[in-house]
Amino acid sequence: MLKIDNIKTYYGNIMALKGVSIEISEGEIITLIGANGAGKSTTLMSICGIVPPRSGEIRFMGKAIHTMKPDRIVSLGISQVPEGRRIFPYLTVTENLDMGAFLRNDRENIKRDMDYIFELFPILAERRHQSGGTLSGGEQQMLAISRALMAKPRLLLLDEPSLGLAPLIVKQIFEIIRKVNEEQRTTIFLVEQNANLALKVAHRGYVMENGRITIADKAQSLLANEDVKKAYLGL
Amino acid sequence: MTALNEIKKSLLVSIWFMFLTFPIMVIKVNTVEQTISWRWNRLAAVGIGSFCLSFVWRYMLKRKETGAKKTALGNGGELSAVQRLLQNPRFFKPALLATAVFALIYPFYFSMYQVNIMTTALIYVILGLGLNIVVGLAGLLDLGYVAFYAVGAYSYALLHIHFGLGFWACLPIGAGLAMMFGIVLGFPVLRLRGDYLAIVTLGFGEIIRLILENWNAFSYGPSGIANIPRPGLFGMHLTIHQSLIYIYFIMVAIVVFTIFVVRRLQDSRIGRAWIALREDEVACQATGIDKTKTKLSAFALGATWAGMGGVVFAAKTTFINPASFTIWESVMILCIVVLGGMGSILGVILGALILMLLPEYMRAFSEYRMLLFAAALVVMMVFRPNGIISAVRRNYEFKGTNEKETA
Repeated sequence: MLKIDNIKTYYGNIMALKGVSIEISEGEIITLIGANGAGKSTTLMSICGIVPPRSGEIRFMGKAIHTMKPDRIVSLGISQVPEGRRIFPYLTVTENLDMGAFLRNDRENIKRDMDYIFELFPILAERRHQSGGTLSGGEQQMLAISRALMAKPRLLLLDEPSLGLAPLIVKQIFEIIRKVNEEQRTTIFLVEQNANLALKVAHRGYVMENGRITIADKAQSLLANEDVKKAYLGL
Repeated sequence: MTALNEIKKSLLVSIWFMFLTFPIMVIKVNTVEQTISWRWNRLAAVGIGSFCLSFVWRYMLKRKETGAKKTALGNGGELSAVQRLLQNPRFFKPALLATAVFALIYPFYFSMYQVNIMTTALIYVILGLGLNIVVGLAGLLDLGYVAFYAVGAYSYALLHIHFGLGFWACLPIGAGLAMMFGIVLGFPVLRLRGDYLAIVTLGFGEIIRLILENWNAFSYGPSGIANIPRPGLFGMHLTIHQSLIYIYFIMVAIVVFTIFVVRRLQDSRIGRAWIALREDEVACQATGIDKTKTKLSAFALGATWAGMGGVVFAAKTTFINPASFTIWESVMILCIVVLGGMGSILGVILGALILMLLPEYMRAFSEYRMLLFAAALVVMMVFRPNGIISAVRRNYEFKGTNEKETA
């Protein structure tokens, strides 16, 4: 579905991604784990075109997307949940969700999807008239994920959904991620610091170090891998 | 207890003020007769005055805080009394009708002077509404807005001199030219936000003004362009009084048109894109909004109204020079938007009328205009930070979800 082929991304003169290749097939949950500054978020930014790669290729459903603008990429069916949530603070929950459906015109389906979201996250239904900024961190994260889902993506990019949240909430969010993957058949690309949880949810995982992929394997095997255990799982 | 506390604090403030103003308010040195007169009664006045002001200030602040608590306890979607009144059709419709009738009979019951200042105020209404698109909706702080106003005015003046074009031909041309300048300004500032954007737009405004001032061959320099014709009415000859009334009605029509368009824009897709851009740029891109197009359209549409305002301004005054398009003009328009309420159409209209008409009626205080102005802005920012009438956004609601909540 998504094929990243040896991309190199720069911030000015600094090379953040030194040739990254990742492949995602339909219906999978893929996770990308690694330390701070390894290039995980940059990989996501490159996929969705906010920081386009300088060389290499990204293909989505066979189409080259690395030269497209962010809004075109979103319209192809790639939705991103940006790091640090980034909800619209002065818009209500409903308006936030509506923004997520910005590129869609099918009123009926949007309505159905919003109902589905409120089923997934009942707390959001309760707070639908509250402005986004007044929600708690966990609720904001739920809202950010929901907003991305409102675009009805084929591929959902999640950037550190566990950032700054209590363990219980994190667990809840990961359960929802799995649920969305199973019920909606949405392919999910998950970037996480919380390697343990991420690998438990994901089917396959990639480990990233200094802008390079160092290990790529099934999530189960990564959980058992001695190096990964030592470096990322704290075991 | 709290009241006593407040009194104590206000007392301290008044003592501090008496101390601060002592040298200038109390001591008066007469250098001719070499005497010093002590004006103690002034000290008392300063003391009592600052005490009362401070006490009222504290009281208002306290009331505002408790008031805010009350609304926070509610649903969060609380509306102020004014907004509730406005949303009530039984009040809104007659009010609209009354305003319309008043606007229609206004020029026939008031003097030429009144009509004149009202027309000026109406020009500022559309300038405010135009800037409101850029600042209030898209959240792009534009300090060089007056440049587009100048583009409109000069396009009419120059097109008339060189090609003999009339007012009605120039109105769309001036608007279109201003729109093009909006896009020209928009491109280089696409990547800027906040302070940096403000600085660049400020520079842009000055560039336009300086070009007009110094490029004599093109714009006739600081001496300006005189004898710009007033708009014609099917070739009829109008006296000055008649044509002033005519311009007034043209302005009323443009204002109505502006309100209609801005309202439609606000609720449209592009309006929502602007709001998203204002709220969070990254999230806006993540939801698939084309940032470039959204920003450029905000600049272009905002500039269009300034261009139109400029054409009318040139036609009304029949004389323009670069001195009419200084940075103060931009600041004034920005104040209209901020004071009236960013993003709120009615607020901006009210803001424009207040800021343009009050100075005219309070000529007696003209020396203190800037002082009063500043004081009004400070009071506003403390007590009504969202402007006189804050914006109410449409709620996009899906009725179907309500059933589930009750179930």
